[in-house]
Amino acid sequence: MNKPSPIEAGVVVSNQPLPDHGDAPSLSREERVAWYRLMYLVRKFEERTYQSYQTGLIGGFCHLYNGQEAVAAGAFAAVRETDPVITAYRDHAHGLMRGIQPGPAFAELYGRATGVVKGKGGSMHYFNPEKQMWGGHGIVGGQTPLGLGLAFATKYLGEKKVCLCFMGDGAVNQGSFHEALNMAQLMRIPVVYVIENNMYSMGTAVERHAAPVELYKRASGYDMLGVRAEAQDFDTVRQVVWTVAERARAENLPAIVELMTYRYRGHSMSDPQYYRSKDEVEEYRKHDPIEILRGRILSEGNVDEKGLERLEEAVRKEVAKAHEWAIASPYPAQSEIYTDIYA
Amino acid sequence: MSKLAYRDAVRDAMAEEMARDSRVFLIGEEVAQYNGAYKCSKGLLDRFGPERVIDSPISESGFAGLAIGAAMYGLRPIAEFMTFSFSFVAFDQIVNNAAQIRYMSGGRIKVPVVFRGNSGGGHQIGATHSHAPENIYATFPGLKVVVPAFAADAKGLLKSAIRDDNPVLVIENEALYGRESEVPDGEYLTPIGKANILQEGTDLTIVTHGRSCWTVLEANQELLKMGIHAEIVDLRSIKPLDWPTVFASVRKTHRLVCVDETKPFCGVSSQVAAEVSRACFDHLDAPVLRVTSVEAPMPFSSALEDECIPNVARVIEAVKQVVV
Repeated sequence: MNKPSPIEAGVVVSNQPLPDHGDAPSLSREERVAWYRLMYLVRKFEERTYQSYQTGLIGGFCHLYNGQEAVAAGAFAAVRETDPVITAYRDHAHGLMRGIQPGPAFAELYGRATGVVKGKGGSMHYFNPEKQMWGGHGIVGGQTPLGLGLAFATKYLGEKKVCLCFMGDGAVNQGSFHEALNMAQLMRIPVVYVIENNMYSMGTAVERHAAPVELYKRASGYDMLGVRAEAQDFDTVRQVVWTVAERARAENLPAIVELMTYRYRGHSMSDPQYYRSKDEVEEYRKHDPIEILRGRILSEGNVDEKGLERLEEAVRKEVAKAHEWAIASPYPAQSEIYTDIYA
Repeated sequence: MSKLAYRDAVRDAMAEEMARDSRVFLIGEEVAQYNGAYKCSKGLLDRFGPERVIDSPISESGFAGLAIGAAMYGLRPIAEFMTFSFSFVAFDQIVNNAAQIRYMSGGRIKVPVVFRGNSGGGHQIGATHSHAPENIYATFPGLKVVVPAFAADAKGLLKSAIRDDNPVLVIENEALYGRESEVPDGEYLTPIGKANILQEGTDLTIVTHGRSCWTVLEANQELLKMGIHAEIVDLRSIKPLDWPTVFASVRKTHRLVCVDETKPFCGVSSQVAAEVSRACFDHLDAPVLRVTSVEAPMPFSSALEDECIPNVARVIEAVKQVVV
């Protein structure tokens, strides 16, 4: 069996020559710190979510993003705010990084009326269409044809956009994904499928669920560009996604980007993790995406240690305050059961 | 008024709405160069071009999902299933995504998509191709389901569906595509959720829809000879269903026979019978009877198939039992 190696920093491989769109435009100091802040916010949000789940504040399914923060951050930083994005059920980061405030995000987890979708969607169904965040989808792979449709619509309207459609590694085995891949290449739809390969499809390791463990090679069957990169480094993710996104935007050509990442927590909150060792988790924690970006920002001299500590303290307070606001929020009225069914 | 074939009414509805609204496009298998497997999109490719009349690969989940995603973004897609029997391949997209995204997003997203296409049995195409699924889809809150029986409604309901801000399934029927009936001249819409009384009567109510309307009208010729005056209600819309019209008719005639092509277990007629027995209990002078498809997959042989969907003989037999 060919188990994917742990982190290979900076490694980028592809099934076709990568297009040369040069380097992604450099980010300003403020922009880099802002992305770091969002990654840190997501981490602290998820840690509070973990506690809230343990204490019974959250019911149902809940999938945490700890360890994968550089994927959403690097990919979002590679495209424009007006480009649509869509993802599966591990969606807290994508929501928080596309405009959902921590208060309504917590309130949604707690089933409150002030939740981002009024307590009707829950953890797996964050939506924020005003910021082009189109879900939050609970069925594995079910969002992949939707991402195709969002991208189709932007092309139909001549908007020169690209849609980022995120998915887990387990979703590569769903038929709907393959239908979407074929149609994307055939019809030249500007969609980029971002596979967040955290090595496990729920509890099934990638070498036990995928015939070729190099998931980006699935693109080859559709004459499509497929790229793989390690994804604990924000800058690597941003550069790779920028390259394929600009190609999609300019030439209406889709791509698969497989980003090698790792989740520190279980698949969901009800996962005892019998399928992996604590040592394995600890090995990956040594390559923490937040620490990597933090170290680089410090080495660049953009902001000093004290500056980052102040920012981190502010985020921790923001998260604590958002949590308090959410648990003080009311539950939805019973009449809400029957609203929002039809437009 | 002028006579028009049902398939041409479907085409005219799509052409008129595509001319009116540039956000409307058609996608499906064989809809463009082939002109539609049942010729419902004849000429549309020439008129509107390949950007708006799009041949899909045989990927129901793929093109249904594409249409839903495009609708979320603000377009007005029409996705054609060559037959609604194939829509089951896209079932997840229709019932999890199209039906529920509005609710799950707390009302922040609209999904104005139309799914339309052929349905029904009676053509020796076997069990996999003969489904009448309107009862199945009607069970999901968030979807609207209409089943036009005549050319006028095929056009008017489809136009309404395209303009509706919700996902609407327009379930047509192969047996009807070639049939001609009167269509109003000029612009008109048939409202979704309004039944149509095909014939007023006093002796009993027959609630029907889709192809079964034609079967009931044929049976009606015999009933009239027998001196039985049925009030015939064409539901047209299954979800939402026009309960006031149904209840008013039953309260007038005191007898009800339901006729439709869905299966007998949890079918459309089951729902009508249950609601009528609740709402019209004091008005009923006879048990509600149902004439439906039978509790079996559709057989191939014509000797068997004809017995498996509502036919004139079964309608007359049921009416005779109710009108003693």
